[in-house]
Amino acid sequence: MKKLLAGAAIALTAMTGASFADGHANYPERPIMMMVSYGAGGATDFQARIVTMTAGNEDALGMPIAILNKPGAGGRVGWNWLAGQAEADGYTLGAYNIPHFIAQSIKGGVEYSRDSFEPIANWGADPAVFVVSKDSEFNSMTDVVDFAKANPGKLTFSGAGLFVGHHIAALQLEKAAGVKMAYIPTKGGGAAAMKAVIANEVMGGVNNLSDAFRAREAGNVKILGVFDLERNAFMEDVPTLMEQGFDVDNASVNFRGIMVPKGTPQGIIDKLAETVPTMFENSRVAGKMKAGGSPMHIMNRQEVLDMWEARETTLKELLAGL
Amino acid sequence: MEFLYYFGDVFTPINFGLLLLGTIGGLILGATPGLSPTMAVALLIPFTFQLQAAQGLILLGAAYTSTVAGGAVSAILLKIPGAPANIATTLDGHTMAQKGEGAKALQISFLASAVGGVFGVLLLIFLTPVLAKWALAFGPSHLFWLAILGVTVIGSLDSKSVVKGLLSGCIGLWLATIGFDDIMGAQRFIFHPSLGGGINIIAALIGLFAIPQVITMFAKGRKGDGAEVLKVQKHPISGAFKELFRNKRAMGIGTAVGSVIGLIPGVGGQIAGLVAYDQSKKFSPDRDKFGTGHPEGVIAAESANNAMVGPSLVPLLTLSIPGSPTAAVLLGGLLIHGIFPGTDLFDNHPDVAWTFINSMLIGQILMCIFGLYVAGLAAKVAQVPQSVMAAVVLGLAVFGSYSVQSSMGDVYVMASLGVMMYFLERFGFSAAPLVLGLILGPIAEANFIQGSMIANATDGLAPYFLGGPLNIFLIAVVIASVAYSAYMELRTKRYTSKEEILA
Repeated sequence: MKKLLAGAAIALTAMTGASFADGHANYPERPIMMMVSYGAGGATDFQARIVTMTAGNEDALGMPIAILNKPGAGGRVGWNWLAGQAEADGYTLGAYNIPHFIAQSIKGGVEYSRDSFEPIANWGADPAVFVVSKDSEFNSMTDVVDFAKANPGKLTFSGAGLFVGHHIAALQLEKAAGVKMAYIPTKGGGAAAMKAVIANEVMGGVNNLSDAFRAREAGNVKILGVFDLERNAFMEDVPTLMEQGFDVDNASVNFRGIMVPKGTPQGIIDKLAETVPTMFENSRVAGKMKAGGSPMHIMNRQEVLDMWEARETTLKELLAGL
Repeated sequence: MEFLYYFGDVFTPINFGLLLLGTIGGLILGATPGLSPTMAVALLIPFTFQLQAAQGLILLGAAYTSTVAGGAVSAILLKIPGAPANIATTLDGHTMAQKGEGAKALQISFLASAVGGVFGVLLLIFLTPVLAKWALAFGPSHLFWLAILGVTVIGSLDSKSVVKGLLSGCIGLWLATIGFDDIMGAQRFIFHPSLGGGINIIAALIGLFAIPQVITMFAKGRKGDGAEVLKVQKHPISGAFKELFRNKRAMGIGTAVGSVIGLIPGVGGQIAGLVAYDQSKKFSPDRDKFGTGHPEGVIAAESANNAMVGPSLVPLLTLSIPGSPTAAVLLGGLLIHGIFPGTDLFDNHPDVAWTFINSMLIGQILMCIFGLYVAGLAAKVAQVPQSVMAAVVLGLAVFGSYSVQSSMGDVYVMASLGVMMYFLERFGFSAAPLVLGLILGPIAEANFIQGSMIANATDGLAPYFLGGPLNIFLIAVVIASVAYSAYMELRTKRYTSKEEILA
């Protein structure tokens, strides 16, 4: 038995040696695992499963990608694990959410920063929007800001927690309009924040464009503005905040994509960076994403690197006072 | 009556096959410790990618209903509640199994599940618009009082002494604060990376209930092996029906509490079983028999946790807001086919909506028939020698807690909580109040913080938390519940004596 084990160990070492020698040309040789730092059924998990479903095709990676959920503490548990405990061998990928993990690393108390990960490609961008319940007296962002100016600190609006996209959007709005409002972070993510708006527990809320789109289809909310640089294809009728006279850029847009832990061999990163964007472009993937109301936004590795860097600068400035 | 029109769709060969597959598979998954209904449904989602929308949802709906009922199997036979919904089932169910009445306990639990479940789904079919308003009526202040109502249950739940019950509840409340707090992102009591996400409730359940048992079994050693083997009594199914009709009160309380509480987003499913158990105990003339293997306890708990299934989907199907983790997973199953819950679902895809709801109705009945069929066989588990049983339960405990989020950290949490609970049990503390504290702590805390933030920005703390008819009603119920416990305590003179504390 011992001999057998020793033999297996030698064989394994030989195999890894071989893969190093040929510059990872054969990568991947076995199924790949992708860590999602939110629970099964959430928007990130749902989209991650769709965009990776064609990974096993010959023209993609040729090996399936399995999703591993490590939820907890707003994503911190999963990203801590990816930065500290995951093996950087190219068989462990992770899904990222910007601005969440960068904002959390600026706030501190976590074991990762922007430098702990290497981006591969971006698949989606879900902007934040401002929603109010269908019978609200507010019909534009100007109405909201006027009320906030008249009643400083009295306008309650919900969002999915602190140091997530919704919170960043809230901070940007307060800064751009020069008003004080009461941001109410909810436990239970965007769904709980949306419920608070529909049930009139709060006067408004910041929420994901995809979820707000669904809630509007169901006839429960009005959408007053998009926290992005341009209007969104899902709702051409909703103006951006910039159009309504507030200087708010796309810093709160929730970008989702794939990354690997630092230390993953460069050959593998290059191979993934080349293959993964084409995998996202697959028509089946695009169809399913559109059906689910999830906006796609494909970016390559270099674009994501630039976006991460720009985001870190903006967030450091925005969060400095907190 | 629109749902009747779509009944035929459930019985086409493929659909019915999927329904059977979902039901039987769900029972097996549900009976496996650690695989909660949410996990089971999430595991099935990838399969529905390949199916048509209606077919996919039949599979998911059947699996959801039967995993909830399947959780009772491990709760009764192994004393491992598969999900928070099944905690109350262990209290009387496992004691019945230890007395050799495992078959009877399983039969009545499946029957009670089916009755409660069918009632819950009928509510979903007929009263959805009314229920949707009710689900929205609960804001942070109401949820806070509801959690406090849960806390009042702690003292009287499965404990010989109220003081010890409250103490273990406090331990649970403290354990619940570990980890990053969800609202502020502050770190509390994290002295090991695997505690960063807080204590996972499923891992805690397995540890607190299963491990003390395993240690006790190992501690007994091999002496008396064979002599201890139980005789498992056969129990005719007609007897189980009679038992159910004899306990109409527990059945009614369980079903009512389950369907009302199940509706409330974010809270319901976890505490429905425990609240129903406590209420039927308070209303029962045989309240002293609760906890000693009394069928009423099993009936109340199981009818409540299955009655919750239908109403828990109301916020999802009408308002497009998932009210529970399982509902969130089901939302994914709908979105993948481009169907948005809400008016779109019932107006444009009635075939999908009603086939899904009908499949849960038929699924409840199939689950009951299949469950009754295997109950006698499954109850033989009690005959396995203790030394073997201990090893099997330990294996299942490790497997179950690992599989929750594929993390060894959860296994360590499970093991350390289990060892702690073994010693606490020696001092007369019990696991159920501790778990209730662990569940209620975060609900009470998050809703209080959120409510106070809203209150500070608007009309102040006191009017927000103490005003409004629903707040006043809930406060009245809390006071009544405390007063009743105190009254019973004085009447039966069940005060804690010095000997009892020392015991």
